[in-house]
Amino acid sequence: MQQFFLTGDAIQAEALNQLLKHPQAGALVVFEGWVRNHNQGHPVRALDYEIYMALAQKEGERILTEACGQFSLHGAIACHRYGSLQLGDAAVWVGTTASHREQAFLAARYIIDQIKHRLPIWKKEYYQDLPAQWVYCRDHDHS
Amino acid sequence: MTSVTVKYFAALREAALIPEETIHTEASTYRGLYRELTTQYGFSLPEDAIRVAIDDDFADLDDDLKSGVTVVFIPPVAGG
Repeated sequence: MQQFFLTGDAIQAEALNQLLKHPQAGALVVFEGWVRNHNQGHPVRALDYEIYMALAQKEGERILTEACGQFSLHGAIACHRYGSLQLGDAAVWVGTTASHREQAFLAARYIIDQIKHRLPIWKKEYYQDLPAQWVYCRDHDHS
Repeated sequence: MTSVTVKYFAALREAALIPEETIHTEASTYRGLYRELTTQYGFSLPEDAIRVAIDDDFADLDDDLKSGVTVVFIPPVAGG
């Protein structure tokens, strides 16, 4: 089970969780990235994600394939939101299953790190005290 | 003179004020095309912060520019 999703709707965590069910899996690791109310000292009230859909889908699938190749997984799913999000919304969901916890933890970490590093997704933050601006991941891969 | 489609996202879309357009260019590489567009639209992102995708796959800014392709200049990303 390996699936990458881009969605304009709220992430259905329980449904994604169910997709990962596997009789040999003894470990499920889930990471959710949420919209928080601050960034670099400024109060955030909302944000927009804009996605280059065709390339993001390809790159997301590549990331999951890499993770499944590097770690002994039974399944890997990642889902990223686009559009307008409010405080507390889940922007990204990553789930990995493996026979044992270590591989599931390592794979989940790898997937979210690569998503942040490589996926062509852009975030515009809306503040309480400043004009809205596009914010950039500090470790963007522009090689 | 070569003709390509350029799609804009995020900060570049806001600077260009359009999501995509057909460009007739004298540039021989995608880096050259980005320089032309920077002059035209006043893009604030420097070349060394930009990646490029050609026909929905990552490419190199210094690749030879091909006619008829779709070009996307990719600002620093911020997923997650």
